[in-house]
This record gives sequence, C-alpha cells and structure tokens, in this order.
Amino acid sequence: MKSLVEQKVLALNGDEAVAYAAKQADVDVVAAYPITPQTIIVERFSEYVANGEVETAFICTESEHSALTACLAASLTGARTFTASASAGLALMHEMLFVTSGCRAPVVMAIANRALSAPINIHGDQSDTMAQRDSGWIQIYAENAQEVYDSVIQAFRIAEHPDVLLPVMVCLDGFQLSHSVENVNVFPDEIVKKFVEVRRFPKVLTHEGKLALLKLDPENPMTMGPLAFPNYYFEFKRQQEEAMKNALEVIRQVHDEYARISGRNYGDGLLDYYYLEDAEIAAVCLGSTAGTVKTVVDELRAEGVKAGLLRIRTLRPLPFEGIQKALENVKAIAVMDRSMSFGGYGGAVFHEVRHALYDYDKHPFTVNYIYGLGGRDTSPMQIREIYRDLQEILEKNRVETPIRYVGLRE
Amino acid sequence: MTETEAFEHPFAKYLRAAMMPHIWCSGCGNGIILNAFVHALDEMQMDLNKLVVVSGIGCIGRAAGYTNVDSFHTTHGRPIAFATGVKLAKPELEVVVISGDGDLFAIGGNHFIHAARRNIGIKVICANNFNYGMTGGQVGPTTPLEALTTTTPYGNIEHPFNLVHLAAASGATYVARWTTLHVRMLAISIKKLLQREGFSFIEVVSPCPEIFGRRNKMRTGLEMMEWFRKASVIENFSDPAKAEITPERIVVGEFVDVEKPTYEKLLHDKMAQILKESED
Ligand code: SF4
Repeated sequence: MKSLVEQKVLALNGDEAVAYAAKQADVDVVAAYPITPQTIIVERFSEYVANGEVETAFICTESEHSALTACLAASLTGARTFTASASAGLALMHEMLFVTSGCRAPVVMAIANRALSAPINIHGDQSDTMAQRDSGWIQIYAENAQEVYDSVIQAFRIAEHPDVLLPVMVCLDGFQLSHSVENVNVFPDEIVKKFVEVRRFPKVLTHEGKLALLKLDPENPMTMGPLAFPNYYFEFKRQQEEAMKNALEVIRQVHDEYARISGRNYGDGLLDYYYLEDAEIAAVCLGSTAGTVKTVVDELRAEGVKAGLLRIRTLRPLPFEGIQKALENVKAIAVMDRSMSFGGYGGAVFHEVRHALYDYDKHPFTVNYIYGLGGRDTSPMQIREIYRDLQEILEKNRVETPIRYVGLRE
Repeated sequence: MTETEAFEHPFAKYLRAAMMPHIWCSGCGNGIILNAFVHALDEMQMDLNKLVVVSGIGCIGRAAGYTNVDSFHTTHGRPIAFATGVKLAKPELEVVVISGDGDLFAIGGNHFIHAARRNIGIKVICANNFNYGMTGGQVGPTTPLEALTTTTPYGNIEHPFNLVHLAAASGATYVARWTTLHVRMLAISIKKLLQREGFSFIEVVSPCPEIFGRRNKMRTGLEMMEWFRKASVIENFSDPAKAEITPERIVVGEFVDVEKPTYEKLLHDKMAQILKESED
C-alpha cells in the first residue's frame, strides 16, 4: 500500500510514540501519575506542554485514581482527554474505569503492560489489562512502536464516534515496546489534526425537554453519573454492550481510512492474519510477541510447514465471528496468554478463542500456552517448539496436555 | 579463611547480606537513613524478633528488604495501611514504616492523616527527596515551588506539603525533622520514635543528587549536603506551621512530643468495658 502523504521517520520507543501521537491529536487535558514502564509517556508530554508545543492543561495528580477521575470529569465537559498508566496504577483505577465507561466518556489511555504485585515486578506481561477486560473499555494491543503511534491516533476517532462513545486503552508491552527504539513513520501535525477532527457530541434530550449536546455545559445543565436503580440500571448496561458491538464496525472503518492515508494496515483493524489461508497449524497471540511468532512462521513456511498466526489486535470488543472465520481451516491451534486466569481453565485469551470455536462445526485441537510472565523472555526457539507440539498433536490425533507453560521451571 | 573474611561488621546482623550491594545511587541519603535506623536499633538493643519494617514503592522502599527483620514491601502508597493491620493483629510488635514522600503523602496520603488522627501506635520515617526518584524524577507532593523535575521542566507551580505541619495537624504524638547531615540527632530521634506509644513521625530531608539534584544545580550528594548545612537551623518545638522548607531555610528539630491514648489501647479498653457490661 502506498502512503497518500509524506511521512517523517523518527527513532522513537513505544512510550515516545504514544506521547508524539497524543501531542498531535490535539488533546485538551492530560492528568497522570508516574509508574514504570509508562513514565516516559508523561515525561515527554510534559515537555511538549512546557515548550508550548501543545495547548494542553496538564496535571501530575497524587495517584492514578485521581488521574483517571480528573480525565473523566474533563472528558464530560467536552474536553479531549488522555492519560497513561500500567500495572498497579491501572489496578488502582479499577473503580473509575467502570465509571468512565458507564458515563460514556471517550477517554484514551495508553497502558505499558506490566506484571501485577505480589511479588513486586516492574517487567512486562498482560495481567494488568487482562484483569480489566470487563471494565467496558475498548482494548487495542499493538505489535510494535509504529502500531502504537497509529493506534493512539485511531483511538480518539474510535472513542469519540457518536455510535461508540467508549473509552479506549491502547496497550503496549512494557519494555519490549515501551522502551525499545524503532523507526516510526509520523504524519505532519495537520494531517493528524484533520484525521482526529474536533470532538463531536450527540444531541440528547435534557430534563428541561431541550435538545442539547451531551456534555456538561452551564447553558444546558444536565446530570452525569446519577443513580439508576433496578428500574433503569440494566438498560444502561445493555446500551454499553450495544456501543461495544458498534465499535467493531467503527474500529474497522477508522482503521481502513487511516490505512488509506498512511499506507499501513493491521489486518482489518480487529484481527491481523498471517499465512492463515492454508494454515494447518496456527498460533493466536496479542501484542509484541506476534513479531517473534511471524519470524518463526516465515522460517517454517520456508521449510514447507503450513504454519500461520492470528494476532488479536482488538480484544474488546472481541471480533468473535472474525476469529471463527480466520481459524476455519486450521487443524491445531496454540493460544498464547501472557497472563494467568487463576483457577480458570487456561488463560483469558484461551477462554475467548475456544469459546469462539464452540459454535462452529469443526472443532480443531486447541491448546494454551502461558508465557512471558513478569518479563520472562520468550525466544524464537520456544515458539518453534510450540509449532512442533502442534504438529505432534496432529500426528497423534490427540492433545495430552491442554495447558502448558513456556520456559517455566517446574 | 583470611583474617579479613573472619571479621564481621558489628551491625551485620541488622542487614541482609544477600541483598547487598544496595541499589541506591552514590551520594543518595537513603543509606544514611538506614544507617541511623540501625544505630538506633543497636543502641536500644532492640529485640529484632519484635520488630516489623514495612515500606512502599520508591528508592527508600528497599529498606524493608535490606533490614534483617520481618518485613513487607507493599504496593505504592499502602505501607501505613499494611502497618495498621499488623499493629492491630499483633499490638506487641514494634511496627515501623520507612518510605518516601511520594509514597506516603501523594498516593498514600489519606492513610497517613487517618493513622495519625486515630493515633495508632506505628512509627513512620519518611525520606523526603523532593521528587519521585525511582521513576525518573517527576514532580511530587514535596517538590519545592520552581524546582525543575521531568514533569515540570520550566519550574514547579504546585505548593508543596510542609510534612511536619501536616503530621502535627493530623494528630501525630511525636514529630521531628532532620536532614541526613544531622546523623546523630537523627539516630537519637529514631530512638525516641521507637520508644513512643502513639503515632510518631520523622521526616528526613534526604539528598537525591542523581535525579533531583542534577536538575537543580546540585549535581553531587556533597552539594546537596552543603545546601542542608547552609539552610538548616535547629529550632526545637517551634511552630511546625512556620517550618516550610525553602531554598534558604530548613527548620529542623523536634516539633511535637505529647502523650495521648493510642487506638490499640482505647480499642482494648472499649472491648473490656463492653464485655464487662454484658457480663453484669
Ligand atoms: S534516585 Fe535519588 S533517591 Fe533514588 S537512589 Fe538515586 S539518589 Fe537516591
């Protein structure tokens, strides 16, 4: 695909790519609290603020809970709002994550994925965002710094779309992406500004019977986040679910429109397919691991092995039908989870993928690989072994150990 | 075995050798604080089986892992809440929180004021290094006005806490402030802190040359100590409200030393009273 506009190549790590995208997206308010490995995002952003490169009201709050609360409130007044966090910081936001999605506030947040305590660990895994997958936020997982940049810009359009109005998390693997420098193609400022547009608001009927824009505005007073007892609460939640459904289409549209300008696409924006058309064995994963898996798939293909990869880019909303379709002809599937669902049968991604395959006539062999917790490295060799396991499963025509751990001392 | 190997440092039993070398930068004040703490323990011949050290996130948070006692390294902001639980379950233990200004007064600020208010008998030592050193030097709740940090590259516009005033106003029964230059006074003060019944607090103004100092024209630990030497004045029992830290003036000394019944005691008395009433 060719790019419609000239782009500049910058050497940025994932965190810097986030900050650069947020800077170009014309954000009105940023409230944040430092936590490794996200800190660089906020530091870079505060430099932009201090240098007068952005017109953003910026505050370092006293905790992540306050940071998201301030972002929520700003967003409800109509401001475009951004924050970033990780690990315990995201966990501390838990309460406000639900309030933000419940208020339909289109806050965008970058998460530099990191393990959760205890024991204390500052390195990467996806336990933090997996634990929040039912919080009503859209979750996009990026594979590299370029996709991080692209996804943050797309996130504002998705979040603020009148059919969606949901907050979005853009997730980047801690250290692997947050701290690794890559060449990143960036747009000129005006292109991004044009792409993200100014925030639009749907019209709603106020208690005074007037039509008003959905935002806190003294001219058209309205209450946000009020009580909704058993007689109404349920309908609110159902509407959120509807918005998630709408988001599937909006994410795809925004992705395609962006791809036309940038020349870059990530599958259909929801799922990224790699050699799946004729694949007999395939891995399913999220985030930066896909880069390593793709290298291994290339090697296997060169050896004549029909291997493929499905990368889930958008975990929420889950592209349920897309997953079914993508894995239609695959005979053995390895689902990779970089977090645990303690006491569940396998990890969270495994649950989702197996669940998607249930309604489907052919039931391929599906195994789960838990890997990379607390920043443990996962090598191409280990990924090769996963594919070898899949081949063995096909040879024996049965699965002996459905849930496995990669590179673990036992 | 050579003779030098056979010689053990007299304070070796207080620290976990396996955790050494420590992670602190050269010129950092955290080692001085830990040293003063260990000195105090030694002078008091403290029973290490009765001591618990709790810390939060931040450079000084490593203190919990370095001291050779039962310890817990909590998540960010929670050491006082954790210490409260320990103290309630085991009131006979001496529970000491050693943590930083960001941990204790930003993300964990609420715990501090409420523990002080209800006068639970835990002891808090705060290393105040004026910023979030561990995460690379962001503005925090004690960062002086106009100071440069990674998130205030053109000078801080937020008013900082005056920690001794906050502690006194919240109800702490012992409140002191020292800098890491005042090592002897600090060790003596820590001994007092450990002997108090109620909620007690020491702020230790500590150099962070590597992260805070170098952005603020004090590149070395020595230069930061030089600031402390020039600016600090000992004024015992002066008004903590007037003890804001400024570039020119750091008032140190003891500010509060009073007795009042602790939460554990009142709780115990209340339970005894209720029990007695129900028996009557
Ligand atoms: S960053 Fe500052 S507080 Fe932390 S160890 Fe280094 S000098 Fe000490």
